[in-house]
Amino acid sequence: MHIVVCVKQTPDSAAKIGVENGHVTWRDASLVVNPWDEYAIEEAIRLKEKHGGKATAISMGPESAKEALKTCIAMGCDEGILISDPALKGSDALATSYTLAKAVEKMGDVEVVLFGRQAIDGDTSLVPVGVARRLGWPPLTYTSKIAELDPAAKTIKAERLLEQGKQIVTSKLPAVVGTVKDINEPRYPSFMGIRKAAKAAIPTWTAADLGCDPAKIGAAGSAMRWPSVYPPPAREGAVELIAGAPEEIAAKLADKLIADKVI
Amino acid sequence: MPNKIWVFIEQFKGAIAQASLEAVGAARKLNSEMGGSGVTALLFGQGVQSLAQDVIAHGADEVLLADDATLNDFRAEAYGALLVKLAQAHKPEVILAGATTRGRDLLGLVAVDLNSGSIADAIRLKVVNGAIHATRPVYAGKLLSDVTCDERRPQLVSLRPRAFPKPEPDASRTGVITPVSAALAEEAIPTKVVDYAVEQGQVSLADAKIIVSGGRGVGGPEGFAPVRDLAQTLGGALGASRAAVDAGWIPYAHQVGQTGKTVSPDLYIACGISGAIQHQAGMRSAKVIVAINKDAEAPIFKLARYGVVGDLFKIVPALTTEFKKRLGK
Repeated sequence: MHIVVCVKQTPDSAAKIGVENGHVTWRDASLVVNPWDEYAIEEAIRLKEKHGGKATAISMGPESAKEALKTCIAMGCDEGILISDPALKGSDALATSYTLAKAVEKMGDVEVVLFGRQAIDGDTSLVPVGVARRLGWPPLTYTSKIAELDPAAKTIKAERLLEQGKQIVTSKLPAVVGTVKDINEPRYPSFMGIRKAAKAAIPTWTAADLGCDPAKIGAAGSAMRWPSVYPPPAREGAVELIAGAPEEIAAKLADKLIADKVI
Repeated sequence: MPNKIWVFIEQFKGAIAQASLEAVGAARKLNSEMGGSGVTALLFGQGVQSLAQDVIAHGADEVLLADDATLNDFRAEAYGALLVKLAQAHKPEVILAGATTRGRDLLGLVAVDLNSGSIADAIRLKVVNGAIHATRPVYAGKLLSDVTCDERRPQLVSLRPRAFPKPEPDASRTGVITPVSAALAEEAIPTKVVDYAVEQGQVSLADAKIIVSGGRGVGGPEGFAPVRDLAQTLGGALGASRAAVDAGWIPYAHQVGQTGKTVSPDLYIACGISGAIQHQAGMRSAKVIVAINKDAEAPIFKLARYGVVGDLFKIVPALTTEFKKRLGK
């Protein structure tokens, strides 16, 4: 089986994010693999371990994203491919899904493409469904378990975590699978994995390598414009501490919450 | 001739999603700000004709109603193909949906066929020179981003649940119900829904007005009992921090935070939760936050309106008793 996992490099989730001169900054906080993607990477490796074949990690981003791909290799992916090109700059979800779908098509023999739920910078969760639509594959988003997968019969059974609880679906391969946190426990890279990753050659595919239509990539291929970004208004006021015996606290708090009309 | 401001109405087993009704309210406001000719709702399902009148009561002027076995349950491929077909025929200016799992997927999917932009999880809408400028949280809510679509149409916008007011229904409202046919035959839809394992009688976190959450301080699965009691007494949903979920004390479906759910209740009571940045990311937009924690230095106290430094196992049951009295339970 050829399994692909798409990852994004984002600032660490604990980073202090600010705005300077209209641009987002995270100072010297480290760049990491998007936390949601770790579950997708782990699932890709597990599928490979179970069914045999190859797990390839891909990332669309700047040169630094090679570090994210190295983490994938260190965890157990067979290889990483960076998709990078100045022409891809300014891509929104529409342009990004176009580019990633071209990369999957270039590989030719892919049966499952895994994604994390969303990237913790943009938080849109639009790219996985976009890639699925462009490839003409089922979009199995919010998957909390791949219950069955038969590469020969080309079928998949998945549990999806929706608002009302778990939905169980069957569908056909090839498919796009969007994962959620419940699906697995990502492994730590092994020492051997880290050594392998350090030595790994990570090729870069450009827009031309993928045969991208220039009108569909980067800013030109994007429908979104982002006129401004700014910190949210600060929550007003300091905390009001309520003290006393438990019953007194309960009575005071009940008064206040009813007065605030939240009960 | 359908109006130009469209709203996708999500329904599950015959119940309309709250977020869809909130979207109808937002659509009405856009309609007046954009000088539109009315709001058209899209309602797909099987045996859902009776819901159409309720959608009109909440503000739709027209309902495009597709009633078909293939639409019995939301499947992105089936609903997406139909929405694309209708949108290509009638060229709406805007399509709104609730930013639920289904709503976000649907708009993300049709954006490809319609070659337009999808704005996900908006918390505010403005009209500037006839175009929608949406405000959406980014970096887990650490920043807000104003975003707009270029000249492409339709503008596809999903609205964060509970960020927009739900309109009051007016049973005297009238509207047009127009039947439309499904776009795909069953054989053309690869995904089949086999079953659901639905937690009965639970308040969904995204829709909840009140959430009571437990964290590391509850100490174990039994520790959730008083937290659950308070949630039930208040008619609220039960939430949890990552620490409690990772420890296996409560299922992941209850997790609030950066790698869990994002919620916007009127009231969020955090019991034994320290309030790490990643948890705050999931609940910081709650109207009123109450924090109960033994540790006076816990970061949650910087975010909370009301704080109690104390033992949750004493405070939470006392709250339950007090509210049972006040609410006559």
